[in-house]
Amino acid sequence: MIGAAIRTALAALMLAAPAAAQEAPAPPEEVVAGLSQDNIGITARFDGSTILIYGAVKRDAPEPPGHLGVIVTLEGPSGAVTIRHKTREMGIWVNTSAVGVASAPSYYAVATSAPLAEILDPAQDVIQRISIPLALRSFAGPLEVADARPFTEAMLRIREAEGLYQLDEGAVHLVEDTLFRADFTLPANLTEGDYKTRIFLTRDGQIVDQHRTAIYVRRVGLERWLYVLSQNYAAIYGLMSLALAVIAGWAAAEAFKFLRR
Amino acid sequence: MQIYLPIAEVSVNAFLLLGLGGIVGLLSGLFGVGGGFLITPLLFFIGIPPTVAVATGANQVVASSVSGVLAQFKRKAVDVPMGIVLLIGGLIGSAAGIWVFNILTRLGQIDLAVQLSYVVFLGSIGLLMLQESLRAMRRAKTGAKPGKRHQHLWVHKLPLKLKFRASGLYISVIPPALVGMAVGVLAAIMGVGGGFIMVPAMIYLLGMPTKVVIGTSLFQILFVSAFTTLMHAITNQSVDVMLALLLIVGGVIGAQIGSQLGGRLKAEQLRSLLALLVLLVALKLGFDLLIRPAELYSLHPGRAG
Repeated sequence: MIGAAIRTALAALMLAAPAAAQEAPAPPEEVVAGLSQDNIGITARFDGSTILIYGAVKRDAPEPPGHLGVIVTLEGPSGAVTIRHKTREMGIWVNTSAVGVASAPSYYAVATSAPLAEILDPAQDVIQRISIPLALRSFAGPLEVADARPFTEAMLRIREAEGLYQLDEGAVHLVEDTLFRADFTLPANLTEGDYKTRIFLTRDGQIVDQHRTAIYVRRVGLERWLYVLSQNYAAIYGLMSLALAVIAGWAAAEAFKFLRR
Repeated sequence: MQIYLPIAEVSVNAFLLLGLGGIVGLLSGLFGVGGGFLITPLLFFIGIPPTVAVATGANQVVASSVSGVLAQFKRKAVDVPMGIVLLIGGLIGSAAGIWVFNILTRLGQIDLAVQLSYVVFLGSIGLLMLQESLRAMRRAKTGAKPGKRHQHLWVHKLPLKLKFRASGLYISVIPPALVGMAVGVLAAIMGVGGGFIMVPAMIYLLGMPTKVVIGTSLFQILFVSAFTTLMHAITNQSVDVMLALLLIVGGVIGAQIGSQLGGRLKAEQLRSLLALLVLLVALKLGFDLLIRPAELYSLHPGRAG
C-alpha cells in the first residue's frame, strides 16, 4: 500500500517536472501531492474510515538549510449548527439558550510532521488559518448571544471529542525530507461532499510552498442508500419501513406457528 | 458485531439490539403488553437519540401488533365499527402529536419532553400495577372477592349514539373518539402503542366486554402506529429501518418464548416484577434529568427556527 503510493507519487513527480521548469521563477522547494483517489467512496463502517494523502518535495537545487515541516489539512463541507446550552430550571436540566453558527466545517483535521509550534510561525498561522481555532474563526457568522465564546468553545470541545476536529502532531510521516504521507480518520457519520485539502511546506516556520486540492468523499453501501432514501424520498422510505415491519412481524409469527406443529 | 445505524448515526452492537428486542418481546409475550413503552426508554439508555428512538419505536409497534390483529380477527374478537371510531380519533391525535413533536424539536426541547412524559407515565403506571398486584396477592391469601366495578353513567348521556353490535353497546361516539385521540398523541410523542391506556379505558370507561377489548385495541394500535411511523419518516426523517428490523426480529422471537412461558408461571408475582421493572426505568430516566450532565452544551445541525 505504502510502496504503491510512493511509486505513484514518484511518477507524478516526474510528470510534473517539465511543466514546472517552464514557469519562470520556480521556488526552491515545491510540493507535489498525490491522493489515493480524487473521488472516494467510503463504506460507513462502525469505526470510520481512513483517507491517505501522500506526496513528495521537489527540489531543483541542493536542500536549503533550516528545519523542514509538512502540514496537511483536510476540511469537510460546512453547514449551519445550533449550539444549545443547558441550565438547571426547577431541579431539572433544560436547554435554555442557543447560538446559531451560520457555517462550520463538518470535519477539520490537521496533520503535521512535528509539533505545530515548531514548524509553523504564529503569524503565518493567522494568515493561512491552519490551526483548528483559527480555521474555525473564519466560519463563525453573526452571533445572537452577547458572549458567544463559551458556545463556540463548546462546539470545538464536542467535535474534538467526537474526532470531527483533530490536530494530529506527528501524523505526517516524512521520509528523507522528501516523501511524506498522512492518514486521516473519517468518522462513520461523515458528511458527503468536497473535502478541501491543503498541504503546506515550511522551513523554520515560514511557509515556502503550498498546494490545494479537493477530494470528493461520498458514502457507499446499504447504509448510505437508506440514508439518501430517507432524506430525499421520505414517503417511499416510510412505506418501505412499514412494509418491512408488517412482513417481519407476520412472517415470524407464521414461522413459529409452523415450528410448534 | 458492531453495525452502523444510518439514521441514528451511531454504531451499536447488533446482538445488543437483538437481545433488547428479545427481552422486551419476552415481557410482552408474558404479560400481553405491547412493549413499546419499555423499548423506547431502553433505546435512550444505549445512546440512540430520543427522536429516532420514538419514531423507530412506532415502527416496531406495527410489527408486534400485526400478527396479533390477524389472530384476533380469526377469533372474531375485533369490534370493527368501534375500532374505526377509535382509529379516527387516533389519527387526529397522532397528527396533532406529530405537529407538537416537530415544534418541540425546533425549540430544542423534544428530548426533555419525551423523557419527562416517560417519567410521568411509567412512574404512574408502575405504581398502579404494583398496587394492583399487591392487592391481588393479598386477595389470593385472604380469599376475598374483588369489589364491584363502578359505572360512569355520564358516558351514556352524550349525543351521536351508535350501535356497536360486537360489544353489545349503544353509546355516543364521543368518548371512544376521545380515548383514541389521547392514545394517538401518546403514539406520536412517545412511540408507544398505547394499549396500557386504551385497554383500561375501554373496559372501565366505555364498558366494553373483555373478549373484544384486546382485538379492538390492537386493530387501532396497528393503524395508528403505522400512520405515526409514516408521519415521522416524512416530517423529520427519524425512522431507522435497520434499528427497527433488529428490534423486530429479537422482539418476535422473545414474544413467542414469552407466551409459551406465560402459561407456566405465577401471574401475580410476575406482574409485580414487571411493575418494579417499569418503576426502575422511570426512576433511571428521572434521575438522568436531575443530575448535572457531563456536557452542558449540545450541537444540532441546522439553524434554530
